[in-house]
Amino acid sequence: MVHVFLIHTLRTTKAEEGLCRVLYSCFFGTENSPNDPQPHGAERDRLLRKEQILAVARQVESMCQLQQQACGRPAVDLQSQSSDDPVHLHESPCGAFRLTAGDPFQEPRTVVWLGVLSLGFALVLNAHENLLLAESTLRLLARLLLEHPRLLVPTANLLLRADCIEGILARFLPHGQLLFLNDQFVQGLEKEFSAAWPR
Amino acid sequence: MRHRTLHGTRPGTLHGTRPGSRRCCGLFSRSRQSADCEGCSPGGGGGGSGGGGGGGGGRMFTTGAESLLRQAREIRDEELGKFCARVCALLRKEDWGPGAVDALRRLFLIVSATKYSRRLEKPCVALLQTTLCSPTCPEQLQLLCAAVLREMSPSDSPSLSCDHIQGTRQLDLVASVLLAQGDQQQVRSLGQCVLKVLESRQPEGPSLRHLLPIVSKVTSLAPDALREEQTRALSKRLGDWLRYASVQQGVAHSSGGFFSTPRARQLGPVTEVDGAVATDFFTVLSTGQRFTEDQWLNVQAFSMLRAWLLDSSPGGSSAPDVDDRSELEGSTLSVLSAASAAGHPLPPQEWLQEKAFEYCQRLLEQSSRRALRKADSDLQKACLVEAVLVLDVLCRQDPSFLYRTLSCLRPLYTRLRGDPAWVRALLPVARFFLRHGEAAAVDAEAVYQHLFTGIPAEHFHSPMLAFEFVQFCRDSLPLLGRNLGVLRTSFPNLFKFLAWNSPPLTSDFVALLPSLVDAGTAVEMLHLLLDLPCLTAALDLQLRSLQTASERPPWDVSIRAPGCLEAFRDSQVQGLFQHLLRAQASGTAERLTPLYRLLQPLAGCARVVQCAEAVPTLLRAFFSAVTQFADGVLASQLALLLLERSDSLYQVPGYEAGVHRVLGSQFPALCKLHPPLVVEQAKELLEFVGGPRGGGHVLASVVWAIGEYLSVSWDRRCTVEQINNFFEALEALLFEVTQSRPSTTLPKCPPQVISVLMTTLTKLASRSQDLIPRASLLLSKMRSLAQSPAPGSVCGEDAGAVRTRATELLNLLKMPSVAQFVFTPSVAASEPRYHRDTNTALPLALRTVSRLVEREAGLLPG
Repeated sequence: MVHVFLIHTLRTTKAEEGLCRVLYSCFFGTENSPNDPQPHGAERDRLLRKEQILAVARQVESMCQLQQQACGRPAVDLQSQSSDDPVHLHESPCGAFRLTAGDPFQEPRTVVWLGVLSLGFALVLNAHENLLLAESTLRLLARLLLEHPRLLVPTANLLLRADCIEGILARFLPHGQLLFLNDQFVQGLEKEFSAAWPR
Repeated sequence: MRHRTLHGTRPGTLHGTRPGSRRCCGLFSRSRQSADCEGCSPGGGGGGSGGGGGGGGGRMFTTGAESLLRQAREIRDEELGKFCARVCALLRKEDWGPGAVDALRRLFLIVSATKYSRRLEKPCVALLQTTLCSPTCPEQLQLLCAAVLREMSPSDSPSLSCDHIQGTRQLDLVASVLLAQGDQQQVRSLGQCVLKVLESRQPEGPSLRHLLPIVSKVTSLAPDALREEQTRALSKRLGDWLRYASVQQGVAHSSGGFFSTPRARQLGPVTEVDGAVATDFFTVLSTGQRFTEDQWLNVQAFSMLRAWLLDSSPGGSSAPDVDDRSELEGSTLSVLSAASAAGHPLPPQEWLQEKAFEYCQRLLEQSSRRALRKADSDLQKACLVEAVLVLDVLCRQDPSFLYRTLSCLRPLYTRLRGDPAWVRALLPVARFFLRHGEAAAVDAEAVYQHLFTGIPAEHFHSPMLAFEFVQFCRDSLPLLGRNLGVLRTSFPNLFKFLAWNSPPLTSDFVALLPSLVDAGTAVEMLHLLLDLPCLTAALDLQLRSLQTASERPPWDVSIRAPGCLEAFRDSQVQGLFQHLLRAQASGTAERLTPLYRLLQPLAGCARVVQCAEAVPTLLRAFFSAVTQFADGVLASQLALLLLERSDSLYQVPGYEAGVHRVLGSQFPALCKLHPPLVVEQAKELLEFVGGPRGGGHVLASVVWAIGEYLSVSWDRRCTVEQINNFFEALEALLFEVTQSRPSTTLPKCPPQVISVLMTTLTKLASRSQDLIPRASLLLSKMRSLAQSPAPGSVCGEDAGAVRTRATELLNLLKMPSVAQFVFTPSVAASEPRYHRDTNTALPLALRTVSRLVEREAGLLPG
């Protein structure tokens, strides 16, 4: 079960100007423990969720930077790729790390991430999720998102394409449920989505 | 790229814009068309300036996003109000065209871009909800409405309810908003709503598949959301969906040719991933061109199966990972399982378990087929992992599955262990054997031996496998029991994962170390931890030596030291490499100094530096684990090792300083654990303070430990001669560090070291009182030296501190008996009595002494 899906900016080095920005995020349900002794105000809960997401995004960014450095890949490599080149998702940096209980979520979680060009995609999962499935789902989502709304053209229109992201998530990750979809199922859903979405 | 203005400064843009208008720009006014147009401009669609634009594609993207986000955040409430009015107008007249889509996209951005709550007018929220539930509204708009409402949640006054929703699609949308509220009561009533729809429909009803993920989510958020009979009924249906989905492909509605009427065409039976016609029932690994609704339900049912089995079992999911092997497991191991008593319908939960078992068995068979598509071959692996995990759950819930499960897992294990492509699927199989091995008479140790010896050495460079493997080790700890030894002796192999992937794995290893280390491996492990960056470099070299030049990834700028690679194959150092890259603890630790020199060209590699940065954290975890169980012998061994290794490290930038800080803080801890070690190892300690030394941290703590523990009160074997020897060595050392000219190559001595040296010398003098005159002379020298320090030695505040300390020590030495009391308190001084009893109280004595010292100090000039 996926807890959060998020897309955020990815800088190649810490030194680069700007901040790590969350461009899209979706909580699938919330993790209020049943016996939360002190229900906080709605506003505080929302603030907490946003901070949690940002905390994950920052960690993903730094994991990705460290992995890229370790591979000896020059810092410009991720960004300089023209968005017209076909993106080779299987060559994109990806990884996983654990979040211990309480930091930033109540329950322990696993994060699976994928870095494509200047975007980071991440799934926050329950601790004992099927990581092979999570990883391939994340790659699938990234591919669909990159292909359909042309996210990578150098404008900011990802921010204004929430409907597209929602449409893809509703089909391929409904309510955070990871699905075992074989290639034919994926194609069927893709067709259905393309038909419902004017490009 | 066009620059977007901050629309807020131009009041006109708000009302003046219409969809499609090109006059204005800004968050509110960018039209769909212009957005798309920009989408194909430089760097994107391949315009004339594509090269330039592409070069900075990423950055430009970020800059654009940055400015849009800023605009969205800075919108004031009144502007937002006006914007909402426009959205409302569109929604009210059910104008669901591109204008509404565009406006809602912007509204979503405004609401989601800030972490603080955005308040929308009540009528606006109500309209969003109405649109969300409208049966005729296009999906695109409805998803946007749902997204806006979800982004505003949790809200204090949710008014959306699922009670009167018709249609599964609407329920699906409303559920996404309600689940985001985080309200348990709401989650439960949503669960009831969904169940009502599920129950009221025929099994083949349309779009039922959209409801299953909601059920899954609801039960994970609120395990008590469904009543027992509802759970049972759903279990029964899940079992049916799993086992009895149609084996014919879905019907293709072809439009027919020009002359023929539209007709439905049957596409024939589903196939396996390798293209063969399916031989058995439908599963997620069965393919076709079109799928029927019940095949969709089959996919959904399997996707939620494991969580459902755990949540719906009578014990609940409260402890899914507790080792709950009961006595049952061994005794009821029976060939006769529940299923053989067929003929009678099983109770729903057992029905589901039985169908789940058959399903998993079929998946295991299907996963051995050669998939035609790459995506399907990935899915096969994921399915195999899931099947084994489900089987594990089943066997835990009902041990009678064990016999049948083992008979398919044994051949599976044999198949998988020979194929490196399936290495990640091996882990759950191994875990299964670990959990159930005893009852099943499987030699779990052999499985582990294979796992820990082969996999890390061959696959350390796969980040996902590394993560999974380490998680596997962590999760298996409670199960390992008598097999823990295999894990412990495999630490050199496990460290390969750590050396290669230190950033994501450091915290896991910190948690794992206490279980990995024991008295038998501590010394070897400390050596390897200190050599971890060197191991990273060696692994790098090993990888490079295996690849031919053409196989190297294109970004790999080969280090300009081909000598390294040649040396890797050189027989002279081969032994050292083999030792460093060993798979299991060898019981010895070779000195790797020749390798440090050889691997020096790799020391600047980012991966090596990252690993070096992780080592201090790991060392701290190591020592805090070791000090829990170390005896005197081990403490002595580690203390000596620490001294020996403090100046024998692989030279990575910043590494030595970081390691010295930890070693310096750990040496006193080891001495405290076993105080006699100072007396026992006097010879080695003398050599250390007399020989060439590294940084001040280790030196200071060694000198402190000598002053603290070189005393008959800690070890009766301590002799005057020993004290005198140490005094002489430290005296020479103090002389050396304070007298050395600034021009010499020695690093400047920190004042802490000078101060510790003076104190230790005074302590020793108080124990061997013949030394008092020498110590006093030395201290007064130090005092005058600090008053007029030689340029470059000590200065300013530091000099002041040294002077004060010298003065205090001098005063104490004037009263030898007091000095002895203060510097060598009896062990009894730490007993509570000393602190409670007013006559013997230590504070009283200390106060008296400090009065004496202060008075004396006050009498002295400066």
